[in-house]
Amino acid sequence: MKIVHYVNQFFGGIGAEEEAGRPLEIREGAVGPGRLLEQLFGDGSQVLTTFVCGDNYAVEQQDQLITDVLNHLRASGADLFVAGPCFEAGRYGMAAGALCSAVQAELHIPAVTAMGGENPGVDLYREELFIVDSGASASAMSQVVTRMVALGKKLVAGEEIGTPADEGYIPRGLIRDAFVEQNAGQRLVAMVMDKVNGDPFESEMMSTSFEPIPMPAAVADISKARVMVITDGGLVPSGNPDGIEGMAATRWGTYSIKDKDGLDGKDYEISHGGYDPRFVEADPDRLVPLDALRQMEKEGIIGELHNEFISTSGLANPLSNTRRMGKEMAQRVKELGVDAVIVTST
Amino acid sequence: MQITSALPIAKMVGSNRVVLGNGIVHVAGDPNLPVNEEKDLRRRLVQKALDALESEAKE
Repeated sequence: MKIVHYVNQFFGGIGAEEEAGRPLEIREGAVGPGRLLEQLFGDGSQVLTTFVCGDNYAVEQQDQLITDVLNHLRASGADLFVAGPCFEAGRYGMAAGALCSAVQAELHIPAVTAMGGENPGVDLYREELFIVDSGASASAMSQVVTRMVALGKKLVAGEEIGTPADEGYIPRGLIRDAFVEQNAGQRLVAMVMDKVNGDPFESEMMSTSFEPIPMPAAVADISKARVMVITDGGLVPSGNPDGIEGMAATRWGTYSIKDKDGLDGKDYEISHGGYDPRFVEADPDRLVPLDALRQMEKEGIIGELHNEFISTSGLANPLSNTRRMGKEMAQRVKELGVDAVIVTST
Repeated sequence: MQITSALPIAKMVGSNRVVLGNGIVHVAGDPNLPVNEEKDLRRRLVQKALDALESEAKE
């Protein structure tokens, strides 16, 4: 097995926080935990290259890091890309996740990493990656690497990967068909009984954690502000020109409301499979309150209404998707010089 | 700020300025009202949204 490995400056033996700004170094052979990888993979397995990079550099220059790693990997003939384990080191986890994700998507080389459950990289990448649950403590290094190796071997061999509980990776939120002994009702009752009796039980749903959102400052004077509407209610021009999906949308659109004092149902449709769209289709102002805002613009209550609205469909969407779209929208809103946004959600 | 009738979701994801809408299927309207009254309702809702944008939100 030919492996390429990514570690941060600490596990690469360069230094601790004071070396976090170190740019990417490409070293031949195994470094730090890579030696354990080689040993546990056995069969003459080799870490061809180790990428060592400072945590700050990795996060601040993420695009450059990805480009450099991909360029090097392309010609390497590697069978597997391994990053970490990162435990609860947040920047390390984010870099490892970004790299594994890029390597998988661009080069189709399987990738495996390991993080603790609270690592922000988990939230961002667990849907697309196999992230071994490392726990918080680096003292578990050898157990964690053992699990990474087992998973890595299966990935390279193209074998079927078992459940998160069996293989020790963090649940990806995938649903797989399987035969079970008890139907959902029976399992539900058993779970309730366990709960009532104070016995341990395990939920079949995974709970999602949301990082706190920093409080945005108030708009100083709304009568001078440029206001924009964004909706996740799936309002699109008739014919849905951007092909925004009615569930698990991957796209969003920007639609002009220039010279309009209100929205006319015959010009629009709803691409959203999660609510009865008839009321909004009859009068889209019920979702994007253009008539009220336009009037308030004329009266000087708001400074200006931005002449387009943004729309997507918020239904059954993986968080990674919605986060990406949210960031893209925020970027767009900034570029447009908009001061305040009203998001309407169904 | 966000106008929504699905308050638990807004709370769960951490929206920090939320105005309660007038129903999931017509968040800024009410088809049971005569048109003018519905417009008044919408205007009041948008005014609340603007007030929220001008308010310092607390944690």
